[in-house]
Amino acid sequence: MAKYIFKRVLLAIVSIIIVSAITFFVMNAIPGGPFNKEKATSAQAQKVLEERYNLDKPVPEQYVLYMNNLLHGDWGVSLHSGRDIWGEISSRFSVSARLGGMAAAVAIVLGLILGALAALTRNRLPDRAIVFFTTLGTAMPSFVLATLLLLVFCLKLKLVPVWSSSNPNYVLPIIALSVYPMAYITRLTKTSMLDALNQDYVRTAKAKGVPNWKVIFKHALRNALIPVITYVGPMVAYILTGSMVVENIFTIGGLGSSFVTSITNRDYTMIMATTIFLAILMVIANLLTDIAYKFVDPRITFD
Amino acid sequence: MQEENLKKRQFLSAQVDLSKFNRSHFEAATEDEKRQQDVMGESTTFLKDGMRRLRKNPLAMASIIVLLLIVLTIIVAPSFVPYSYSEIISVNGKRDKSAANLGPFEYSKAEQRYMKSTGEKLFPHILGTDSLSRDYFIRVIYGTRVSLSVGVVAAIMVLIIGLVYGSVAGYFGGRVDLIMMRIVDIIYSLPDMLIIILLSVVFNERLKPLIDKTILRVLGTNMISMFLVFGLLYWVSMARLIRGQILSIKNNEYVLAAKCIGTKNGRILRRHILPNCLSVIIITTALQVPSAIFTESYLSFLGLGVSAPLTSLGSLANDARAGMQSYPLRLVVPAVIICLIVLALNLLGDGLRDAFDSKLN
Repeated sequence: MAKYIFKRVLLAIVSIIIVSAITFFVMNAIPGGPFNKEKATSAQAQKVLEERYNLDKPVPEQYVLYMNNLLHGDWGVSLHSGRDIWGEISSRFSVSARLGGMAAAVAIVLGLILGALAALTRNRLPDRAIVFFTTLGTAMPSFVLATLLLLVFCLKLKLVPVWSSSNPNYVLPIIALSVYPMAYITRLTKTSMLDALNQDYVRTAKAKGVPNWKVIFKHALRNALIPVITYVGPMVAYILTGSMVVENIFTIGGLGSSFVTSITNRDYTMIMATTIFLAILMVIANLLTDIAYKFVDPRITFD
Repeated sequence: MQEENLKKRQFLSAQVDLSKFNRSHFEAATEDEKRQQDVMGESTTFLKDGMRRLRKNPLAMASIIVLLLIVLTIIVAPSFVPYSYSEIISVNGKRDKSAANLGPFEYSKAEQRYMKSTGEKLFPHILGTDSLSRDYFIRVIYGTRVSLSVGVVAAIMVLIIGLVYGSVAGYFGGRVDLIMMRIVDIIYSLPDMLIIILLSVVFNERLKPLIDKTILRVLGTNMISMFLVFGLLYWVSMARLIRGQILSIKNNEYVLAAKCIGTKNGRILRRHILPNCLSVIIITTALQVPSAIFTESYLSFLGLGVSAPLTSLGSLANDARAGMQSYPLRLVVPAVIICLIVLALNLLGDGLRDAFDSKLN
């Protein structure tokens, strides 16, 4: 167990370092720098600025310098706005985390309920309806859903106000972000629940006279949860990338929407910080998922 | 007398007890009896059997019909619609400034005047026109073409890279496998969308001078960079899958037999191993197409997709966002087509899996 966790943590660290290196070198390969604006700065001012932010040094050296600062907790300042990156990221992330966290919660809770319901009413009307909507849900990209929701509920029916930071209304963005993972979890739960309901221990429990609800919740659903846990890691990744467009569409000032703008601004430190931050989040989510999976299911061996 | 020739079985012997039989049991079968043994049904192959099951699946068949209709439309439509996707509508060789933002089947003022004076009927704008006076129907057709071909080409690239990588790792095993799979693990754990966005920005800028004078220019840098990105990142799950398949197949007796008669590694892979995991490969490739279309439309939506004036369904939806309150149709049409294609491909992939993957039956 300890060996397995050690191996996984090592792999996680390696992949974060690789992500940071790829991002750094790729980003520097994009022509144009952060100070090449339409309004030309004088050559001298540009030189001073580049010296100030170590941009005159060779790229590998810049990378080492950057990583060294990062390990000392210094994320640097944004080359575009001059603001402290860590402050920027943490304030934007609090918005994204609230949105993403609620979307994940909705997806998991509804997905489990719908999946269990579909398995219990197999081939009857509720099951058919759930299968229909989940198939539809997995075929709809989040940006399509987000724009259509915005169009129908915000602009045409005017049921929900347009998002503003003073009057945040998370309902539509949460729906847009959670439909795909919810549909996926529903499918997963349904298959594993059907599998669990056919097991001998469920028959034994029924034969013993255990009440029906107890069989469903205690014996079947608990075992059906295991495959769902594996999806939590990919779901975090989906919600993080999905939030880039969804935040953009609903004009929410979260981390996702700032990533795209920082690329167009060639805001090197902001690109680096966002990528590394999101990469760490995703890698940790995957790591926890894998470890939790092994904890929950004792049948899985550690190798 | 003859009966006695058949020996009685020894006690504890494993031989067949012949005392129960007489000579008549060992006579040659008559023609009539032989005919009874003939298989009446046509012998079935793996492919035929799968196709039979596929035909019984109404959802998969409906998806095939929908996909065929879409493909037929995008092939045929450009030959009878007299507009092109980048052409600004003109009447009598003059640019028609009144033709912007027309509704479906509407004619602009200049067109109406022209039709009245000459009596000639102009081809209708089936879905109206966009804000730059271009026929929207033909733009949707070309957008669908681009999205579908990105999906198919990306799936084929993923297939080729994953197939080669996965089969080498799985077949040779040992240290080769270990190192190759560690690389896959690392690529797998990268946050792909972040890298894709970064890479597509870089490739976009870097490729322009490289392909400017070659035939690839027609495709545009964005399209090529998208293919490169798919090729670099999306083959890993395919490689994992094929490796797993090969690991389970390569211990079969027929592979050992082939090795014993001195067959070369490449031939064993091609003739004995790969055909046996064909169904899994085909199904995964089929399911790769919708996921590539998903990613392409996502990138296009962020403005990193195909370059103007060429368009894809994602960039059409993105362009339509600006005027979505006044012209919702322009948003709804590409959105519905994306969903339709992805839905049909998903259902077809599921149907193929049910029909061909013997392990699930």
